[in-house]
Amino acid sequence: MAKVKSLADLKRIKEELQSKMDLREKSNNPEGLVQIKVAMATCGIASGAKEVMDFLIDVTAKRGIQAVVTQTGCMGYCYAEPTIEVKLPGKEPIVFGDVDTKKADEIVEKYIKNGELVDGIIPVNYKTIDN
Amino acid sequence: MEKYKMHILICGGTGCRASASETIQNNLQEALKAKGLEDEVQVVMTGCFGFCEKGPIVKILPDNTFYVEVKPEDAEEIIDEHIVKGRKVMRLLYVDPEKKEVVSDSKHMEFYKKQIRIALRNCGFINPENIDEYISRDGYAALGKCLTDMTPQLVIDEIKASGLRGRGGGGFPTGLKWEFASKNKADQKYVVCNADEGDPGAFMDRSILEGDPHSVLEAMAICAYTMGATKGVIYIRAEYPLAIQRLKVAIKQAREYGLLGNDILGAGFSFDVEMRYGAGAFVCGEETALIHSMEGLRGEPTVKPPFPAESGYNGKPTNVNNVETFANVPVIINKGAAWFKKIGTEKSAGTKVFALAGKINNVGLIEVPMGTTLREVIYEIGGGIKDGKKFKAVQTGGPSGGCLTEKHLDTPIDFDNLIAVGSMMGSGGMIVMDEDDCMVSMAKFYLDFTVEESCGKCTPCRVGNKRLYELLNKITEGKGTKEDLDLLRNLSTVIKDTSLCGLGQTSPNPVLSTIENFYDEYIAHVEDHKCPAGQCKALMQYVIDPELCVGCTLCARNCPVDCIIGERKEAHVIDAAKCIKCGTCMDKCKFNAISIK
Ligand SMILES: Cc1cc2nc3c(=O)[nH]c(=O)nc-3n(C[C@H](O)[C@H](O)[C@H](O)COP(=O)(O)O)c2cc1C
Ligand code: SF4
Ligand code: SF4
Ligand code: SF4
Ligand code: FES
Repeated sequence: MAKVKSLADLKRIKEELQSKMDLREKSNNPEGLVQIKVAMATCGIASGAKEVMDFLIDVTAKRGIQAVVTQTGCMGYCYAEPTIEVKLPGKEPIVFGDVDTKKADEIVEKYIKNGELVDGIIPVNYKTIDN
Repeated sequence: MEKYKMHILICGGTGCRASASETIQNNLQEALKAKGLEDEVQVVMTGCFGFCEKGPIVKILPDNTFYVEVKPEDAEEIIDEHIVKGRKVMRLLYVDPEKKEVVSDSKHMEFYKKQIRIALRNCGFINPENIDEYISRDGYAALGKCLTDMTPQLVIDEIKASGLRGRGGGGFPTGLKWEFASKNKADQKYVVCNADEGDPGAFMDRSILEGDPHSVLEAMAICAYTMGATKGVIYIRAEYPLAIQRLKVAIKQAREYGLLGNDILGAGFSFDVEMRYGAGAFVCGEETALIHSMEGLRGEPTVKPPFPAESGYNGKPTNVNNVETFANVPVIINKGAAWFKKIGTEKSAGTKVFALAGKINNVGLIEVPMGTTLREVIYEIGGGIKDGKKFKAVQTGGPSGGCLTEKHLDTPIDFDNLIAVGSMMGSGGMIVMDEDDCMVSMAKFYLDFTVEESCGKCTPCRVGNKRLYELLNKITEGKGTKEDLDLLRNLSTVIKDTSLCGLGQTSPNPVLSTIENFYDEYIAHVEDHKCPAGQCKALMQYVIDPELCVGCTLCARNCPVDCIIGERKEAHVIDAAKCIKCGTCMDKCKFNAISIK
């Protein structure tokens, strides 16, 4: 390992390392962040939830959105899988159905960034397992 | 660079490792591999989470799921269900004992709600054997700031302004101590970290070193910079192998990064740390004894002055601080004295780490702001008394402290308040006692410890404590008199006033505080020859109720000393003079005819 030669050097290393610890830091304070839950039960995995989750993690990081992306069990909307639930800080969670990467992109750009609603919202009348 | 979607944190503290957390870690990794997920999920072994009562702990991020009492065979289910399918493993979640509700997120557990973690900020959060994780959480940034942007005096002023006081027991202002050491000129100076922690039931310092060793190294370097020292020594008990190993790894990594060694961060400051191992004598935690032990001499205290700051290790100016004191320093530098001063009480700033032990539901490690009440600690964080029993007393300050009772529960904990009610902060051990604990026996337990640990240098401590122990023993055997209580009091005062070091000056505290707070219980022992808690064997009497006894002879046949007499089908009688109070007869009797009086 190369030596850390100055305070500036230390700060640069810290910046580099931070993204690795990002996930841990964020989970300390999820309430202040965008929380996205991807349904990942067997039906979800079969219908491509995994790609959607990878995509969301990548795209939020790249576009500088402070978000926590987690997976959850089947939300009970197998007909509309993959489904994702998005909770903006201080707002009620909203569930979107039939989300592929294209749709996910739209949700990030419109809803998460600007608060505009997009098609495909499933009316919420359920409780997730962690509530 | 690898970037994981989920992190699994598993506790690698001494408690959880004792219950196989390493096997759990391996099994989790195997299960991830089997699913091809090893590049997506990171498994990290951290330091203690504090919730040792329900260890081993496994925490899943980012959803903060907190699994308790995990067994190696649960690993596969956690991966299959939680990681792959996103369903929590309900049976491993924590259930709030009061509300009977499942709490999956640790932030919502009563245990964590009132805690503020400064000294323990990285324990249970980072991998203590990975310096990168420490750096990513502002590690060594405080050292960098001091070396680059602050003069030694500015650093000292900042620590002084923060109000930080020594966490090793004395509560001496840390900034002031550093200033003394900095003013004394010498060709060589030393920074010493006191990691001798040895009071019964205490594991605060050990857990910090196991969970976040770099925070102590960084603070030692900062201290060295303020006083102009180039060498640091950590004095640690040889019986803490995990802490020693983690420190060794940390020192090695810090050297590789150039954060210890010559010309640190290009600022022209050099400092390195080595370790010395103690053999586990309590008195070696006293700073002058510790220094003598480091020099290869007998671990006996000497008179102060000279203080270590003038003439310490090898006769050179030396600054000794406790592990937890050090662990606070980098945060104070990073966040500022004003931020720290706002936490806690006016005269005791910041937080204090406590090890909860004894008859309390949540045995473990906690950190609370100074000023938190004993009631909050015992009932809210600690979850109350085990098995629904009644709270009786809490001993703070270990063998040097006193026991506090119901009426002290609303006392805000800080250095001065605890002294005012006849106990002390000590290093932070907190042992909770319930109605089944006899206070005379409790005092005897601590005196037994002190008698063992006294170095023997001065007569009042060497002989006096032994006499105190004998008197207490006499009382627990039912042979005490009321005069003995006066004798205990007088002797205690003499020992306190005439002993050389802190050990003898405080060792009678458990006796004095129990006499003060539980006088009736002493009286019951010496006048009625009864132990109200039913703990003193010699004062118990096994008796057979002639009404209930059917004369089956079972007890008589099982009594190891043949002291039960009686004819078949007639009521039996116990010869109290011969009975050794083993309890066998009571266990054997099927008619509940035998009881303790
Ligand atoms: C008998 C005895 C045992 C002690 N044991 C410890 C110990 O285990 N750890 C510790 O830090 N301080 C211990 N101390 C206190 C030290 O003498 C010293 O005050 C302390 O290490 C200073 O650090 P601080 O100012 O950071 O608290 C003990 C004192 C006495 C009298
Ligand atoms: S008070 Fe006790 S432990 Fe301290 S120096 Fe005297 S004999 Fe030794
Ligand atoms: S307590 Fe033990 S010794 Fe005493 S009477 Fe019962 S069996 Fe015998
Ligand atoms: S075992 Fe119980 S009932 Fe039988 S002789 Fe002893 S006291 Fe009496
Ligand atoms: S040792 Fe694991 S929680 Fe304390």
